[in-house]
Amino acid sequence: MAVVEAQDLVKRFGRVVAVDGLSFEVREGECYGFLGPNGAGKTTTLRMVCCTARPTEGVLRVFGLDVRRHPRQVKAQLGVVHQAVTLDDALTVRENLVVYGRYFGLSWAEARRRAEELLAFAELEGRAEDRIARLSGGMQRRLMIARALMANPRLLVLDEPTTGLDPHARHAVWDRLRQLKRAGVTQILTTHYMEEAEQLCDRVAIVDRGRIVAEGPPRALVERYAGREVVELRGAEDGVLAHALAGLAEGVEVANDRVFLHTQDGEELVHRVRALRLPVEAVVLRRATLEDVFLRLTGRRLRE
Amino acid sequence: MMDFSLAGAFRFWQRNLLLFRRVFPYTLPENFLEPMLYLLALGLGLGAYLREIQGLPYTAFVGTGLAASAAMFGATFECTYNAYVQFYYNRSYDAVVTTPLSPEDVAVGEVLWGATRSLLYGTAFLTVLAVFGVVRSPWALLLPAVFFTGGLVFSALALAFTAVTPSIDLFPYYFSLWVTPMFMFSGIFFPLDALPGWVQDAAWFTPLYHLVRCTRAFAFGTPLGAVGDLAWLGVVALALLPVPAVLLRRRMVQ
Repeated sequence: MAVVEAQDLVKRFGRVVAVDGLSFEVREGECYGFLGPNGAGKTTTLRMVCCTARPTEGVLRVFGLDVRRHPRQVKAQLGVVHQAVTLDDALTVRENLVVYGRYFGLSWAEARRRAEELLAFAELEGRAEDRIARLSGGMQRRLMIARALMANPRLLVLDEPTTGLDPHARHAVWDRLRQLKRAGVTQILTTHYMEEAEQLCDRVAIVDRGRIVAEGPPRALVERYAGREVVELRGAEDGVLAHALAGLAEGVEVANDRVFLHTQDGEELVHRVRALRLPVEAVVLRRATLEDVFLRLTGRRLRE
Repeated sequence: MMDFSLAGAFRFWQRNLLLFRRVFPYTLPENFLEPMLYLLALGLGLGAYLREIQGLPYTAFVGTGLAASAAMFGATFECTYNAYVQFYYNRSYDAVVTTPLSPEDVAVGEVLWGATRSLLYGTAFLTVLAVFGVVRSPWALLLPAVFFTGGLVFSALALAFTAVTPSIDLFPYYFSLWVTPMFMFSGIFFPLDALPGWVQDAAWFTPLYHLVRCTRAFAFGTPLGAVGDLAWLGVVALALLPVPAVLLRRRMVQ
């Protein structure tokens, strides 16, 4: 049985269509990611999974339960890490964990014992008595993850788990999430960092304007839609340039002053582009990423 | 669709109690010292001229009234500013509604907590009055429960306003147009008999008027005179309790 199962899921807020017919399945033990720009419908989809937004149309089942009819039973098995910091800042680090555990019906003793385990997991043992405001952004995020784990959830829901963190803190969060995946915790997350999706997700759905435009393992998506390598021309003046390059590569995309050439053999292509002596600032060869897939499929960049 | 669990509401109430242990020193000026100042100023100042009202020494008359208003302010500050800050700025409620707790559990837990603050401040104030010998009747021992009942009404009204207000800037309207008029015209400082009939009629529809009457009746050993007022508070509390629950669900689950 799929952990999350969505069929033709639609969510409208008044006349605004946030989610426009999503179908997907999250399998036991996998990490499934929604990758897309702001406003693509990622957060709304997660809110429906968390039962804080009701689907307008379609089917959404979590652990086989209809989210409309069994929100309490669904939420009892979720661990949720919100995009914003939602910790109680009048309470200490430890109290935040214990109180949260109580919401799931843990006894005080159980909640305290579990809190000690998770303080160690989040490497916050030394900060247990601190108030939230004294923690760094990375610590707060680790505490949010620890808090979500209080009741041993079967599904961890993460809405942009590392947005706003510095690279070091981001890697610390990724380490925790990979550790949880090894322990068998199913994860569903949103991100607009392609690197995050590639690092964490077994499968990603690329979403744009409320729809899934492609789905699959990150590497497979990249190979299929963007080729193996990309030759990037920076500082290209206009689209005429792209026209001149059209025959050279398997795919050509233009975004602002950049031109991207998709290919299986980058080095060879770089030589041929250089031979043209085009008026550009730089010609760069790199590995193709999910960003290229997104550009290829939507004509727009993930992060402008 | 309503989805309510008493256990859930109780857990949210416990959370508020835990928070309160941290923040209560900051609530004392508003909720305890201020009514004390009123009592000193009016009891000593005005009381020197006004010896008796309705057969009570003026200090006893105004003191019991202020105990009731301390109960009102405790619940009202909790369910307006306090609840708003936690809801909109700290986003604590967002975290709670993705646990098994429903928005209804949060609303009812918050109302129960507001009523608990009514009980605490009303009783603290009453205790001071008792120490100075103002309160005489053993019936006063029931007053904490009466404050709690009145607190349910004040909390439900305040949280309903908080659940629909688009901005924290609108709270002054709630206070200036509703809380302060109640404070002035519920018979705390003077009996309403001398005022036009319509003022007395209007006062009957406000909870503080009944809580003031209950407080005096129980404090001075004439509980039978306040049975109607207590019934008013109990019935209105039960009737209002679902209102913030429904409004908070509408705000939190779209």
